[in-house]
This record gives sequence, C-alpha cells and structure tokens, in this order.
Amino acid sequence: MRASMKSLFLIVWLLVMSSPAVAECQLRGTGDLALVIERATGSAQVIDTTHRRSLFHIDGLGDLSHASVVYSRDERYAYVFGRDGGLSKIDMLCGTLVKRIVQGGNSIGGAISQDGRFIAVSNYVPGGVKVFSADDLSLVLDLPATAIDADKNSKTVGLVDAPGERFVFSLYDTGEIWLLDMLDPAKPKVTKFTDVGRQPYDGLITPDGRYYIAGLFGEDGLAMLDLWHPEKGVTRIMDHYGRGERKLPVYKMPHLEGWAMAGDTAFLPAVGHHEVLVADRNGWKEKARIAVHGQPVFVMAQPDGRRIWVNFAFPDNDTVQVIDTESLKIIKTMKLGKGVLHMEFAPRGEAVWVSVRDRNHILMFDTRTLKQLAELPATKPSGIFLTARAHKTGL
Amino acid sequence: MKQIMQWLILAALGNSVAIGAIIAAQPDAARRAELIDLLKQDCGACHGMRLKGGLGPALTPDAIGRLSIETISATILHGRPGTPMPPWQPFMSQDEAVWLAGQLKAGVD
Repeated sequence: MRASMKSLFLIVWLLVMSSPAVAECQLRGTGDLALVIERATGSAQVIDTTHRRSLFHIDGLGDLSHASVVYSRDERYAYVFGRDGGLSKIDMLCGTLVKRIVQGGNSIGGAISQDGRFIAVSNYVPGGVKVFSADDLSLVLDLPATAIDADKNSKTVGLVDAPGERFVFSLYDTGEIWLLDMLDPAKPKVTKFTDVGRQPYDGLITPDGRYYIAGLFGEDGLAMLDLWHPEKGVTRIMDHYGRGERKLPVYKMPHLEGWAMAGDTAFLPAVGHHEVLVADRNGWKEKARIAVHGQPVFVMAQPDGRRIWVNFAFPDNDTVQVIDTESLKIIKTMKLGKGVLHMEFAPRGEAVWVSVRDRNHILMFDTRTLKQLAELPATKPSGIFLTARAHKTGL
Repeated sequence: MKQIMQWLILAALGNSVAIGAIIAAQPDAARRAELIDLLKQDCGACHGMRLKGGLGPALTPDAIGRLSIETISATILHGRPGTPMPPWQPFMSQDEAVWLAGQLKAGVD
C-alpha cells in the first residue's frame, strides 16, 4: 500500500514537473516566436521558429473555431480573438494567459492601433466594434453597427488598423465601410461610407496604410477606400471580374489578409471561381486570371514577391499551390492532407509555415527549394501568427 | 425546377413517413462520424465549430429546433439562394441530410 502510494506520488510529481504549464518565463527575444491556434481544443502553442520547437502550451482560450491574433508593439503579448467573443492576452515569454474577457457573443477578428494603445474587436453578435485598452483590456468604446432590425445590428468584418490611430471595417449586412478615428479616445470620430457593394466579407489594408479594400460576396468586384483621400469616397475596383460566368457555391469564405503583391501586380482570391485574380495596381484593372485547383481561401505573396502561395476551400482544402509571379504559372501543387487552413511566412521570406488540420501538425517549407524543413505536432491547428506582425500595418 | 419539386415532395411527406425514413436510412457508424466531422469542420467555417453561429446563423436546438427535419434537410441539400449558404448535395445523400437534420434538432455535442 505504502509502495503504491509512493509510486502514485511519483507519477503525479512527474506529470506536474513535465507539464509545460509550469515552465518558467524565458529570457530571450520574441522576434522569432509564433502562436499556433489549436481550434478544436481552444488552446494555442508558442513556438520558436528558429529552433523549430514548441515552448509553451496554453489552454482555456474558449471557442477558437475562428481565431486571429495581433501583437503588442514590444512583441511580448499576443491578443487572441476567438469565435465566442473571447479576447485573450497571452504572455509569449511566460506562456501564460494574462487576462481573458468575453466581450461579445460572436466575433470575427480584431486589430491593434498604430501606437499600440488600443485593441479593436469586430463582432457579429452584437454587431459592431468594441475598443479596449491594450494594457488591461478595459472597455474604451462600444460602437454598435447599423441596425438591421429591432434587436440586431449588421455584422462587422474586415477590421484593420490604419495610420493616424484609426480603424477601418466593413458592415456585412448593410454594405458599408466605417472609418473610426481614435486619436482622441474621449471623442472618437466615425466616418461612414454607405452603398459600397453587397455583402463585404473581409477587408485588407495595403502595407503603407493607404488603401482599404473590402472583398464583396454579393457581387463581383471589390470596394476601395483611399485613406489619403477619404473625401473622394469608396470606389469600385476589379468590377464584374466574373461577369456572365456561373458562380460556384462557396464552401468557405476567402480571407483577405495582408496584401499579395509583386511589383505593381496584386493577387486576390476570386469568390466562387477556381481562380486567382491578377490586378495592376496602377489603375486597379484586371490583368489576368490564373486557373487554380479550387476556390482560393488565402492568396499570399512571399515577402520577396517572387511567388504566391494559395490554399483552398472545402472540398479542395488538402492542396497548396505555388505560383510564379513573373510567368503567372503554377510551379508546384502539394497535397498535404485534409484541412490546410493557413500559411505564414517568415518575415524575410526564407520559410513558410503551413497548418494541416487533420494531420495534427504544422509544416515548415523552404520557399526557395519548396522542400519541407520541419514538422511540429499541433492539435487540429488553424492559424499560425508570427510575432513580426507586431510591426506591420493591417496585421 | 428540380429543387422546387423536391421541396414539394418533402412537404407532401407526412411526419410519420419521414420519421420512418430516418430510422430506416440511418447512415452507418463510420459515415455518421464523417458527417459530424463535416458538420463541425466545414459547416463550422460559417456556423462556428460549436454551431453557435458566425457569418451564418447558429444551428443549436434553441435556434433551429422549431424548424422541421424536412426544412432543415432541404436547406442542407439545396442551400439558401441569396445567402452564402451553398448546397451540400454533392457531399451527402438525402438520407444523410435527414439524419444530420435530426442531429441538429436534438443538439450536437
């Protein structure tokens, strides 16, 4: 009896000591760290992308079936926006959950302001945007979106930060783009642009913070706002890119994240088509369309602009295609397993991390040779977010 | 037209007939697991993995319990025109959609 008690204690002690939860804070930089979302378990891992290993495992992040992350300007803290309205602040050096609030019923994403003071969250329920102090997550502003009936406001999507302590986002149900100026948080200013197009589903801002572009689900084309000249209003670009062609059913909404750009050429997912759109940034006209394996979800340019990486919606989500930006030809098609959900480049572009949900791992590829360099276990991984995002407008 | 016919046929079916069909046509265990996985992962892309809603509405018993199995399964199979809800007919049979509708009404863990 005594012996078995002793061994039981030993087992418990071993379990406690080996658990990453009790790991100590690291004395190191954070510039090569990443947060990997584990969507089914509401958890995340902090990984070291240089040594390609997991440092911490963090539980208790709620419903992460859709999640995104922004970083504090010192790259120490990650802010995780969960599906259930949860906003969690994670310490990347200690692997701990610093604070978690449930600020809404259902959210889609968020952004951090230019100077890092504010965290804005885009909510479906209650439809609108809330702004919090990045420091203690206290509420700074509650901005309901346009009402669509007695007890419901429009869902908000495509929320990004913009220069001048501003946020920009779109209203899905009412087809609007709102510009929120937080320069004086006591007197926030909202500029509303209406009739921008049907069902904007996501938005992006160019890395210089000048152009906000919303993708439209309800019609072909994109809505663009020039933040240098908001007085000129929202204009339509790439109008009717699929005109006259039958749109396919869409089994997963594309994501506009960052800006796939090579020289003066921009690459965008076509909604309801097995195509990547190629646009000339001078004049924003359609230049070409590249036929791809399925409906693109993410269309991402390597930081050097040399190649575009594309993943796809169900039922083609086992595939990644790599496109050469000079010839516009697909140079490689990779079958990586069901549920390729996200891709994230190293800031200087030498490597890309890819999550494969049903294989329970994330993969690292050399972007030059396209060879796999590493594989790390992760439970149903989705988004991979490198801390370098801290210094990029719109990410 | 085909879609309207199917709706009419579904509407014409009595409840008892529909319930009989549910029991008779229950997919096997492996397929049931696949359908639940599809529900959580792929329907979940819009409705949330826990089906509490997202760009698409919540699919919890609270939200859709009042709808009939026929309505829910027809929506699954044919989608909802004018909204992003696509038809899932290429990926499941009518019996499977009926089974899935029953699961949704009862609540999925």
